[in-house]
Amino acid sequence: MCTVCGCGDGETRIEGEEHRHDEGHDHAHHHPHAHDHTHDHGHDHHHGHDHHHYGQGPARAHAPGLSQARMVQIEQDILSKNDRYAAANRGWLAARGVLALNLVSSPGAGKTSLLTRTLEDLREEIPMSVIEGDQETANDAERIRATGARAIQINTGKGCHLDAHQVGHALEHLDPEAGSVLFIENVGNLVCPAAFDLGEAHKVAILSVTEGEDKPIKYPDMFAAAGLLLLNKIDLLPHLDFDVARCIEYARRINPGIQVLQVSARSGEGLDDWYRWLRLQREARQIGHAPTGSSA
Amino acid sequence: MHEMSLCEGIVQVLEDQAEAQHYTRVKQVWLEIGALAGVEIEAMRFSFDVVTRGTLAEHAQLHIIETPGQGWCLPCAKTISISQRHDPCPDCGSYQIQVTGGDEMRIKELEVE
Repeated sequence: MCTVCGCGDGETRIEGEEHRHDEGHDHAHHHPHAHDHTHDHGHDHHHGHDHHHYGQGPARAHAPGLSQARMVQIEQDILSKNDRYAAANRGWLAARGVLALNLVSSPGAGKTSLLTRTLEDLREEIPMSVIEGDQETANDAERIRATGARAIQINTGKGCHLDAHQVGHALEHLDPEAGSVLFIENVGNLVCPAAFDLGEAHKVAILSVTEGEDKPIKYPDMFAAAGLLLLNKIDLLPHLDFDVARCIEYARRINPGIQVLQVSARSGEGLDDWYRWLRLQREARQIGHAPTGSSA
Repeated sequence: MHEMSLCEGIVQVLEDQAEAQHYTRVKQVWLEIGALAGVEIEAMRFSFDVVTRGTLAEHAQLHIIETPGQGWCLPCAKTISISQRHDPCPDCGSYQIQVTGGDEMRIKELEVE
């Protein structure tokens, strides 16, 4: 059991936390009635519009002789709990003037390479730290630490995305310096991380030119949620049929305001623009949120 | 498969509400899921059955109200209906569309006892 908030989080493991959160939601295998409810769906979206059950009076009580069933209006977002953790993270980060960026991409788009290159190039200039999300292994956190930057690994187990609660715990351990930049490298996945706010200032989507140029319209939620698109591995363009203009046009269809930079973590091409974007965001972050100097 | 996490989110909300609303069992759940919410409805139903086992919502019936996608077309300056984020405006063909509805994922109401 987590000592901070009493959470049990499935298979999540955060480096530096002694306990494993393994008392969570694994009741899938202990129950004999696996298929009780699989056949009663498909047509029930007719409910709900033609009758309104405001208040708590009895309604549709279909269990005679048992305690009275009643309707409860709750009108809550499914992600409301995650969003509350995200808001807490955002407040924590803002109070320290920390710019947090949520890096999202498919597996293999070059997130970690771009990140290690950025950490190496800017380490004299900007304090930076990293939260690494992967299903398994601490390999990426080790790659990051090899650059001299501080990093903490979150292993999500079977989870396909980071959530705000995991990031909140990682923040406690990592304690990023006031005025620094915090990179949160999400699990490689262009679908699920889109819905989960972590408390970041921006989502940065990374798409490599070895992928399809139509990824922005295939995975629209992610590109709608991202503020910046880094088109990576452009040093390989001469060998590929990737249509850069079309890719950017697709991204803007989904998100007219998205900024797009073309970069190569390998050749270094375009990285100056990315670094300029980082510096400007970091500076903007600190206006009105001057670091309190509590970083010691 | 973030539908599994979404269902865990639903169970958390149900558990949080149980004390305040004085119930110990959830028998039916009505969700409102927008067409643009990125949710696979069948995966949601499957995950719901799995995730609710051993909780106060075990065997609860799940109802999903699917709400249509809506956008604001900037050139036409009017609300249009869209079924995907990259749909063009059905009238003018423009992609300059701001999504204004259909991306919600809400728990609307419950039958409890």
